[in-house]
This record gives sequence, structure tokens and C-alpha cells, in this order.
Amino acid sequence: MPLVKIRDLHFYRGNRAIFDGVNIDIHRGKITAIMGPSGTGKTTLLRLIGGQLHPDKGTIEVDGQNVHTLSHSELYELRKRMGMLFQSGALLTDINVFDNVAFPIREHTKLPETMVRDLVLMKLQSVGLRCARNLMASELSGGMARRVALARAVTLDPMMIMYDEPFTGQDPISMGTLVNLIHRMNDAMGLTSVIVSHDVAETAEIADYIYLLSGGKVIEKGSPVQLKRSSSQWVQQFMQGLPDGPVPFHYPGTDFSDDLLNGEVSA
Amino acid sequence: MIDTIRSLGRWGLGVFERLGRGHLLLLEILRGVPELFLRFSLVIQQLSSVGVHSVLIILISGLFVGMVLGLQGYNTLVDFGAEESLGVLVALSLVRELGPVVSALLFAGRAGSALTAEIGLMKSTEQLSGMEMMAVDPVRRVLAPRFLAGFISMPLLAAIFSAVGIFGGFLVGHGLLGVDDGAFWSQMQAKTDWYEDVLNGVIKSIVFGFVVTWIALFEGYDATPTSEGVGRATTRTVVHSAFAILGLDFVLTALMFGDV
Ligand SMILES: Nc1ncnc2c1ncn2[C@@H]1O[C@H](COP(=O)(O)OP(=O)(O)O)[C@@H](O)[C@H]1O
Ligand SMILES: [Mg+2]
Repeated sequence: MPLVKIRDLHFYRGNRAIFDGVNIDIHRGKITAIMGPSGTGKTTLLRLIGGQLHPDKGTIEVDGQNVHTLSHSELYELRKRMGMLFQSGALLTDINVFDNVAFPIREHTKLPETMVRDLVLMKLQSVGLRCARNLMASELSGGMARRVALARAVTLDPMMIMYDEPFTGQDPISMGTLVNLIHRMNDAMGLTSVIVSHDVAETAEIADYIYLLSGGKVIEKGSPVQLKRSSSQWVQQFMQGLPDGPVPFHYPGTDFSDDLLNGEVSA
Repeated sequence: MIDTIRSLGRWGLGVFERLGRGHLLLLEILRGVPELFLRFSLVIQQLSSVGVHSVLIILISGLFVGMVLGLQGYNTLVDFGAEESLGVLVALSLVRELGPVVSALLFAGRAGSALTAEIGLMKSTEQLSGMEMMAVDPVRRVLAPRFLAGFISMPLLAAIFSAVGIFGGFLVGHGLLGVDDGAFWSQMQAKTDWYEDVLNGVIKSIVFGFVVTWIALFEGYDATPTSEGVGRATTRTVVHSAFAILGLDFVLTALMFGDV
């Protein structure tokens, strides 16, 4: 049985369908990637799985529980077993790196401070930031903040972790370590990982299974190898990053030369 | 014409929707208050940033308001040869009205706006969402301690304001204008009623503290999560708080002293 089971998911922002009948299975112990152009609703999907947004139709089950019919306290119990890495890191800015990583431990357990310290240092060591523990969150670069957030997301040893664009804003070196780290954590801690990303190369490198989203639907799914061999032009364009193809780069509207020649001048 | 009515309707619906959300949030906050007594350190931290940081502005403003009351009161009273009643006038004005009202207005400007900005910023940087996903309820962890701290601080700040104000009135009345100090204090004590004046003033400031902190927290929590949105929310906190304070002051005064 998959850990996360999404069935016939519909979600609207105003009149616009962000999801229009999406089915996704996320299997235990695997790294599943959800990919698609920006603005397709990848972040929205993670928020739906985490129970922060409600679907207009369809169900999302995590570990056999329907996320959106749980009571407040049941949902919070479930969330203790889900880690989420926000695109921005979402660190608390009024406390330092150490206290940020210690935050979930102190909130949810009554462990003595010496054990909290050991746990935090272990997690920080694994993301290479043990010696940055006294910096404030505002003193970190975007990439460092993301790594601290990763350490924080796994402090309670969750069953699954969701990464929102983990690779954007990383330099080549920390990119490499991060790819490794995600892989290692998945195997060593028996995690189930969901990666949301548009970085094709890095994601294809570590994902076991990929879902491609566009226009509110799953366009293609399969292992990285299967996707690279896909006959769909759309998939080929996305996987190879070609500028032209079935996916338009431009926001839909009037023709460019028309716009230049005949456009009314506004204000 | 139809368009005007339509937009009026939409505006009205918006107002009621916000009111509804505000009350729901208040309920959630209040539900989180009891468990704070087990983690009172969270409230202590907030008492420091909400309450203690407002003390200086309260001290200075209270002193000047009291001094002005001393001057103005003396000028009126002296015409009737009643300048010895200056103490009563200063004390009653402060304890009944100016203490609770002016300190609440200052509190809204100093602490309320800061609360809104802080919460709004935490929202726009996804810190609140992040907490939710760590299974920590931001309403209980972030809003409730701030609410309790504001609720506790306001009456204390109002008391400080009134005390300093009376002292300021005394400085001017006795030091500058030569009102007899014995008469100043004894008349004040004789004519100020504990229940009728002091307690009613305290009730006012408790109500104001409740409302201002609630408005500030709701505006922050409900802010559009952009820097512009947080800025607008901060302004709204100050404006709405001022309306609420002055409007409620009228209602409370009518109930307490109106004899209707
Ligand atoms: N709070 C919101 N209100 C209205 N529309 C939103 C909101 N958040 C996101 N959207 C819209 O939903 C779509 C999907 O957003 P998102 O999930 O962030 O995309 P992605 O993460 O794939 O880049 C975008 O077109 C965005 O404009
Ligand atoms: Mg996104």
C-alpha cells in the first residue's frame, strides 16, 4: 500500500483549476519526484498533502488516514510524522540555528537539554553546519538556510519528508552534497521522500519515480529512464529544457509584433 | 447604480467575513490560554517585549498629560477660589478617563503595531506555515502568549500612566503654582472613590487591553503575506484600535457613570 495515495484531486484558485483530476501514489521508502513548470501547483500539492489546504474534490490519504477528515489534534499527530522543507526554509528568525533545530524537539518531547544538544549537533553535523549553530537565521544564505531547515525537518525522525525545490539557490558544491544527503537520508533512515522540483538533472539523478504535472493533470509518470525515452514531445521538451516546443515560454496573449505596432499606450 | 449597490454589498460581505474570522481566531486563542499556565515562560518573554518596552513612552506621556492637567485645571479652578481641589480634578480625570484611554492609544501605537508587524512578517516568511507543518499550532504557540501578555500589561500600564500623571499634576500645581500640598493630597483621597473611580478605570483598561491585543494579533495573522500587505495591516491595527478604544470608552462610561 502506498504511503500517500491521491485520488481524483481537484483544487481551484478562483475559477482556475490548479488540479483537475490528479492521481498520485507515493511508495514507502522511495524517492518520488513531482516535476513541472513553475506555477503548475507543485507547492500547492505539498500543502494539500500536509493538510494546510483543502481539496475541492477528491481524497488524499497519508499512511491510510484521509488527511482532510482528521480532527485538529489527529492532523497534528500525523504532521509529527511528516517533515516538510519549505522553499524559503521558513526558519524562525528570532532565534539562532541551534534553537531552530532544537525547536521541534523541545515542543514535542521532554528530553533533557543534554540530549537535545546531542541530537541537534548530530543533525547539524549531517548537513555540514554544526559550527554555524550560533548564527541567527537572518545571517544565513538561502542555501545554508535550506540545509538548516533540512536538519530541523528530520529531528523528530519522521516517516516521510517533502522537499519543496531543494536545489534552487544551491551552489554546485552544496548541490552535490544536498543530492547525496537526500539520497543518504532516504536510505539510512528508511524515509519516504517527495521532491518537488523543476531541476531536471539533479532530480532525475536521485528519483525512483517521477510524476510530470502540467495544466492540472499528470502528463506522464515513470522511472527517470522511462521518461527520458518517452515519445511525448512535451516530456522531451521539459526533460531536455528546450526553449521551444509544445510548452509555451510566454504567458498566453496577443502576438508580440502586433503588440509593438498597434498597442494602445496606457497611462 | 446597480454597480454601486453591488460593490456596497461586496464590501459589506467582506466586513462581516473578516469579523467572523476575527471571532473564530479569538476563540482559538482563548482555547490556547489555559495551557499557557504550564509554560508561563512563553508569556514572560512576551510581557517583556509587549509590556516592558511600552513603559518608557507611558511614563513620559503620563507625566506631560498630568502636568497639562495641572495647568489647565488650576486656571479654571482659581476663578472659583477652588484651586485646592486641583488634586481631585487631576486624579479623577486620569483615573476615570485619560489613564485608560490615552495609555491604550499609546499601547496600540507602540505595542499593537509591533505585534501586527511581527506576526505578519512571520506569516509572509512562512514561519507560521513552517510551524504548522512541524505540528506546532502557531495560534497556541505564537498568538496566545502574546494575547495574554497584552491583556496583563494594559491595566498595569494604565496604572503607571495615572500614577505618573498625578505626580505631574502635583509638580505643576504645588511646585509651580503654589497649591497647598496637604490640601492637594487630602482632597484627592477624600473625593476619589475606590469602587466608583479606580475600579471602573481598571475595568476600562482591561477591556481596552483585550480589544487592542486582539485587533493587533488578528490583523497580523490575517495580513496579506507581502511587505505591502503587512504595512497596510499595521496601519489598520492603529486606526481600528483607536476607533475601538474611543467607541468603547463612550459605551463603558455611559454604563458606569451614566445612571441611565
Ligand atoms: N495564495 C494564493 N492565492 C491565489 N493564487 C495562488 C496562491 N498561491 C499560489 N497561487 C497560484 O497557484 C498556482 C500554483 O502555485 P504554486 O503551487 O506555488 O506553483 P509551483 O510551486 O508549482 O511553482 C500559481 O499560478 C499561483 O499563481
Ligand atoms: Mg513552488
